[in-house]
Amino acid sequence: MTGNHSAWEKVQLARHAQRPTAKLLIHTLAPDFLELKGDRCFANDDAIVGGIGTIDKITMTIIAEEKGTTLEEKIRNHFGMPHPEGYRKVMRLVRQAEKFSRPILFLIDTPGAYPGFEAESRGQAEAIASLLRLLFTIKTPIIAVVLSEGGSGGALAIGIADYILMLENATYSILSPEGFAAILYKDASLANKVADDMKLTADDLFAYGIIDEIIPEAAGGWHIDNYTPLSALQTKITEKARSLLQLDPKTLLENRQARYRRYGIYVEDKT
Amino acid sequence: MANFLDKHREKVVMFNQQYRGKRKLKTTKIDVPENLFTRCPFCQDLILTEAVEANDYVCPYCGKYFQISGRKRLAMLVDPGSFIEYDKKLKTSNPLNFPGYEEKIHKVSLETGENEAFISGKATIDRMNVMIGVLDSHFLMGSMGSVVGEKVTRLIEASITERLPLVIVCASGGARMQEGIFSLMQMAKTAAALARHNDARLFYLSVITHPTTGGVSASFAMLGDIIVAEKDALIGFAGKRVIAQTIKEDLPDHFQTADFLLEKGMLDIVIERKELKQTIVKLLQFHRQEEDHDR
Repeated sequence: MTGNHSAWEKVQLARHAQRPTAKLLIHTLAPDFLELKGDRCFANDDAIVGGIGTIDKITMTIIAEEKGTTLEEKIRNHFGMPHPEGYRKVMRLVRQAEKFSRPILFLIDTPGAYPGFEAESRGQAEAIASLLRLLFTIKTPIIAVVLSEGGSGGALAIGIADYILMLENATYSILSPEGFAAILYKDASLANKVADDMKLTADDLFAYGIIDEIIPEAAGGWHIDNYTPLSALQTKITEKARSLLQLDPKTLLENRQARYRRYGIYVEDKT
Repeated sequence: MANFLDKHREKVVMFNQQYRGKRKLKTTKIDVPENLFTRCPFCQDLILTEAVEANDYVCPYCGKYFQISGRKRLAMLVDPGSFIEYDKKLKTSNPLNFPGYEEKIHKVSLETGENEAFISGKATIDRMNVMIGVLDSHFLMGSMGSVVGEKVTRLIEASITERLPLVIVCASGGARMQEGIFSLMQMAKTAAALARHNDARLFYLSVITHPTTGGVSASFAMLGDIIVAEKDALIGFAGKRVIAQTIKEDLPDHFQTADFLLEKGMLDIVIERKELKQTIVKLLQFHRQEEDHDR
């Protein structure tokens, strides 16, 4: 891999103010993208953008966590932190994708699911749990890309996939380093100290088998050269979608189950 | 029950007066067996431990619920002597080589006498066979790492193989920080197993007790066919402190209580601890009948 950034530097790069968001990727790779809104229950959540688009002749359902680029957008999108209605929109769109046999592309970029009164009132935990379970029954290929920040259950909820790509300077972790430090050491300012121990870089996750492939960024990060990772992503996404479409739905689901079944490291005494 | 407690209440009051009086004098030491009395963590009253046990670990004075260990919870729910424990030999390793983790696990194991935060196995409840698992909030806040996730998954799989109903009693602070991404993946692993369980058309009863938050509430706790919560249990996704810190919103007093979730439509039933077992029995009976119809 290029660059020798520390884990904490990668956290900063993944959150860089000029770092592109999912929007750029969608409009570059799928210029015909049409956004579909709403969960049909409560509201539309702009933290999650969903719709249909064609990437190199493959029509896909594309679902992305979108932090927004302007201040106005960032506030409207809650800085990419989805509410339950966002996850329920995902449930609607993945069922739709399955019905029409469209492969699904998830683009992950969130500090986490929104922690607030409204989100809790409308069942944040239930929404994430139900989405996790649903994704193990969706009989169409799922490809996920960790674009920038992959924070906790909010990222995992759209992280169940048959093939997972991750940008070089993206992070993916159980919690933000700030939250992690606050829980373990009661001091969020220790975030830079714990980032390394958290093993949240693409290299770490590749070594653990959590992700399948790392997509290189230009030296200095994605914001230095917008298009370096995009052309590689286009190739990988379409290549993988095509090969996964060859599998019969039963095998596809069995493989997806098997992938997540093996996660976990423990000791089992023989005696 | 009321008479029994009333009788003891007098004794306790008498003892309190006697004991406190003697202690002030510092002359004679009364020979009181350890653990004879328990102090209520809520109202600070001294209660005969026997009376606490007989009252399902509910304070007879203030009515607040004691947080109980997984073993005690299990004993309250299953028929005596019926529990066969599974996966006792699964032990925690240190997947991220996280500093101080092994020492912490070792210390908590000694304190609690448990290997990990989830106790699982096969038992009978009112003579009905079930697969049952209990999270132990005394073991690192009942947090879910690789071992808990694996044991939960194996229990779900055993329930599928033996075609038995599944009961999981939750009490957890969420995913375990020290195992990082592996803990996060346990949410996916358990949800995946429950997808198979669902396909097999088997009954899963989720019992949520105090406290159940984070990665456990956002995975198997909220996926029960029926979700029963114990009165006063704290249930939520994000921690109250996190919400207060990051959002700076004022939160109502009953926020994230079982009653709050019931009001918002997130639970089926909120119940007193003393009625929990009979409710579980009833729900198991309803679902046993359904199975009989199938055959």
